[in-house]
Amino acid sequence: MSEQLIVKERDEVIVRFSGDSGDGMQLAGNIFSTVSATVGNDICTFPDYPADIRAPQGSLTGVSGFQVHIGAGRVYTPGDLCDVLVAMNAAALKTQYRYAKPDATIIIDTDSFGAADLKKAAFATEDPLAEMNIDADRVIACPITQMVKDCLAGSGMEPKSVLKCRNMFALGLVCWLFDRDLEVAFNYLREKFAKKPALAEANIKVIQAGYDYGHNTHSSATNVYRVETKDKVPGRYMDITGNKATAYGFIAAAEKAGLKLYLGSYPITPATDVLHELSKHKSLGVTTVQCEDEIAGCASAVGASYAGALAVTSTSGPGICLKSEAMNLAVIMELPLVVLDVQRGGPATGLPTKSEQTDLLQVLFGRNGESPMPVLAATSPTDCFDAAYMACKIALEHMTPVVLLTDAFVANGSGAFRLPNLAEYAAINPPYVPEELKGTWTPYQRQEENGVRYWAVPGREGFQHILGGLEKDNKTGAISTDPENHDLMTRLRQQKIDAIPVPDLEVEGDKEDAELLIVGFGGTYGHLHAAMDEMRAAGKKVALAHFKYINPLPANTAEVLRKYPKVVVAEQNAGQLAAWLRMKVDGFVPMQYNEVKGQPFEVSTLVNALAPLME
Amino acid sequence: MAYTAQDYKKGQPRWCPGCGDHFFLAALHKAMAEIGVAPHDIAVISGIGCSSRLPHYMNTYGMNTIHGRAAAIATGCKVANPKLSVWQVSGDGDGLAIGGNHFIHANRRNINLNMILLNNRIYGLTKGQYSPTSPRGFVSKSSPYGTVEDPFRPAELCFGARGNFFARAVATDAPGTVEILKAAHAHKGASVCEILQNCVIFNDGTHDSVYNKEGRAKNAIYLRHGQPMVFGENNEFGLVQEGFGIKVVKIGENGITLDDILIHDAHCKDNTLQLKLALMEGPDFPIALGVIRDVEAPTYDEAVEAQIEEVKGKKPYHTFEELLLTNDTWEVK
Repeated sequence: MSEQLIVKERDEVIVRFSGDSGDGMQLAGNIFSTVSATVGNDICTFPDYPADIRAPQGSLTGVSGFQVHIGAGRVYTPGDLCDVLVAMNAAALKTQYRYAKPDATIIIDTDSFGAADLKKAAFATEDPLAEMNIDADRVIACPITQMVKDCLAGSGMEPKSVLKCRNMFALGLVCWLFDRDLEVAFNYLREKFAKKPALAEANIKVIQAGYDYGHNTHSSATNVYRVETKDKVPGRYMDITGNKATAYGFIAAAEKAGLKLYLGSYPITPATDVLHELSKHKSLGVTTVQCEDEIAGCASAVGASYAGALAVTSTSGPGICLKSEAMNLAVIMELPLVVLDVQRGGPATGLPTKSEQTDLLQVLFGRNGESPMPVLAATSPTDCFDAAYMACKIALEHMTPVVLLTDAFVANGSGAFRLPNLAEYAAINPPYVPEELKGTWTPYQRQEENGVRYWAVPGREGFQHILGGLEKDNKTGAISTDPENHDLMTRLRQQKIDAIPVPDLEVEGDKEDAELLIVGFGGTYGHLHAAMDEMRAAGKKVALAHFKYINPLPANTAEVLRKYPKVVVAEQNAGQLAAWLRMKVDGFVPMQYNEVKGQPFEVSTLVNALAPLME
Repeated sequence: MAYTAQDYKKGQPRWCPGCGDHFFLAALHKAMAEIGVAPHDIAVISGIGCSSRLPHYMNTYGMNTIHGRAAAIATGCKVANPKLSVWQVSGDGDGLAIGGNHFIHANRRNINLNMILLNNRIYGLTKGQYSPTSPRGFVSKSSPYGTVEDPFRPAELCFGARGNFFARAVATDAPGTVEILKAAHAHKGASVCEILQNCVIFNDGTHDSVYNKEGRAKNAIYLRHGQPMVFGENNEFGLVQEGFGIKVVKIGENGITLDDILIHDAHCKDNTLQLKLALMEGPDFPIALGVIRDVEAPTYDEAVEAQIEEVKGKKPYHTFEELLLTNDTWEVK
C-alpha cells in the first residue's frame, strides 16, 4: 500500500455499499448519505436489495447494495458507476464490481474472502482480485471482521451482535475517505438506538475504529475525496426518501384542507414505507388502517371519503389489480380518493423490489366501463411531496379518484429536501354543498364552471343521499338505466376530468432549436436530464420534456411534441407513454427507447442509445 | 327530537311482492325511529344483491356499493367518522361468499357496525344459484344435480372470527326483528344480525318452519338474557345441558321442573354454549331467535381515537411544520 496521500477535489462522487443482505448495507448507506447531506452536498440514493429477506449467507443472490451520489451542485441520479465500492464479502465483490469505475477504490473485508466464501461466490481460484482483473493498488483490503471483534472485545456483547457491527467499520472507513464529520453519524445512531444506548455506543466505537484505521494506515492508497457545496437554494434542508416525501405530501394536504387523513392499506413492497410513515404520526390525527387485503384498503378509503376524510390508499401494481373495482366505485360515485401506486417490476408478482414504469396504461385504462381518472407521476424522491400534495388537491377539488404514480427507484431513493413552507402552497377548497341549496340539491348537481358535483358529508341535516355503483340519473340522483342519461353521465364524467387545470409542459435544454426532444415521465427525470446534459456538453442540440401530469395532459402537449424535428419517448416499459401520446396527439409518431430491466436507466447507456438517433 | 318510522323512509321498494326484504325494511324503519338517531347521522351501506338495494329506501346517508365490499367500506366510514351510526346490509352471497373476508375481519377487529345479514340461502339477483348458506345437495340452476359442498353457518363464522354479538330474527317477525336491531345498535362493536328471509321466486319456503307465528311457536325458541330457555306453544319445553351438549326436555316429565332449565347468558364471554344454541336446527331442536351473544369488548374505532389522543399527549409535534422539524435538518446559506 502506498504511503502517499492524495486529496482529490471532486464535484461529485458515487459510493456503493454492498454486502450480504444481513450485513446492514442499507443502514450504512443511509448514514453516509445523511452525513454528506448535512454538510450541504446534494444527494441522490438508490437502495438495490434482493427480494428474499435473507438469501443463503454469502450467496450471489443474497447481495444487497446501496448507492449514493453526492455532489457539490445538483445531482439528478444515483449515478451509473461508483468511485468507491464497499464489498463486505466475496459474493458482493463478484456481483457488484460491474458497478465500479475502472479507477474506483474498492474496500473489502479480507475475513470474508476465505476458501468457503470464494466457493459460494463461484470464484475459480484463490485470488479473486486477479481473477476479476482488479489492480490490488486500488483495493483497501482490511480484516474488518477481526478488527470489529477486537474493538468490541470485553463489551459483553454476543458474538453474533458483534458481527452485525461490521457495516459500521466500513462506514467509518468511508467517512475517513471523504473527510466526514463523525458527530452526525454518532447522533444518527444515538437517535436510532435511543432505547438501546449500549448498542449505539458499540456502533459508534466501531465507526471510530474504522475511521482511525483509515487515518492511521493512510489506507486509501490513492484517493481521499472532498466534495464541497455550491449553488444550493438557501434554506433548511433534510434528507428524505420518496416514500417519506409522499407521506408528508398527504399530511400537508390534509392539514391545508382541514381534513382528517385516512389511509387504508395493505403491506406490499415497495409501498409499505408509506404505511409505516403515516402510522407514526397519530399526533397529527392521521388514521391508518392496515386492512385484511388490498381490496379492503381501497374500499375502506372509499368509505372514509364518503364520511368526509381525505382518503388515501397505497399500494404497488399487483394491489392496483385488486383495488380497481373500488377505484371505479369512486369514479361513478364521484368521491375524492388518492391511490398511490409505487410501481415495481411486473407482471404478477414480477420483480417486487425492482423499479419499472409498467403500470401507466393499467392506471389509465385498467377498469371496466368508461372510467376516466387523473394520473400524476412524481419525478424524483423530493418531488413526491409536491406530487402527493397536488394529487390530493385535484381529488378533493374535483371530486374524483386520482392515481399518483411513483416507482421503487423514486420511493426508496432519497434527496436533499428543502423544507416546504405550507403557506406558499395553493389552498385546497373542496366543493362542499352550500347550505342555501338545502331542499333543492341533488347528488349529481354540478358546479357550472368545472362540472364538479358538490360534496355533502354525512352529519349535515337535510342533505341525506344515497350514492352507489349503479348509474344515476343526472337530475334526481336516483338509479337510472335510461340510455340517454347514461350517455350523458359518461360524457359529464369525462368532461370533468378533461377540465382539470394542470401546468404546462416545460421544455428544458435547447428549447428553441433542439434537433432531438427527449420525452419521459415520472421517476426517470433525473436520468433523462443527466443524459441531455451530457449530450449538450458534447455539442448536440437536445431538449427534454418530462411529464408529471399524465391525465389530463398539459394543454401545450401537442404544441411541444410537434415543435421538434425528432422526438424520442424514453421509458422503463414497452412503450406505454408513447402509446398514450399517440392516442392523444393526432399524427404523433415518436421514436422510442424502452428498457424493462427493473433497474434505473444508466446515463451512459442512454447517451449511447439516444445520440445515434440524431444522425 | 322524536322520530317516526316515516322519517327514515324513502322511495318505493322494487323487490318482488312477498319478498322478505319488504318485511325487514319496515322493521328497520320502526327500529330506527325507536332508537332515535337522527337520519342525517346514519349511514346505511350495502354491497350488491337484492337486499343490497335497501339503502335506496332509506332517508339517511348511505351507499349501495360493489359486490362483497360493504363491510370494508363501512369500516372506513365508521373509523373516519365515529359519530355516524353505521349499518351494513348484505345478503348471504354478498356477506359470506365474495365478502367473507371482510365479514370475518370486521368481526375480529370489532368495528362498531351494525351488520345485517339477510339470509335467503340463494342468489336472487342473478336468478337462482346456490349460495354459501344453501344446504348440501341443494338443487339450483348452477347445481342441477345438487351441491356437493357444506354451507357456512353464519353464527359459527361470526364466533370463529371472535364476534361478540350475534342475534337472529325472522323477517316476518316484526317485534323480534325490531328487538334485535335495537340490541345491535345498543351493543358497542360489530353486531351481526342474521335475518331469516324468504325468496319467493327462487327459494320459496326455505325458512318455512319458522316463517309464520304458528311455526315459530312450535319450532323456534326466543332467547332473552337472564330468562330460562323455554319454548313450545305453551312453553312446555325447555333446554338443559347434557354432557357436552344441549338436550330438549319436557317440563313436568321425568322430574324436570323449570328450575332445571338453562338460563340464557348472552353476556358470557365463553361462547361455547352460545354457539350450541345458535347452531340448533329442526327437527330435533328449535331454531334460536333473539340475541344469542352480546359481550362487551373494546371497539376498534374507539381504540383508534383513543390512541390518537394518547399519542397527541405524548408527542411534541402537532402540525406539519412541527413534524418537519423532528428530522435532522441543516441550513444552507
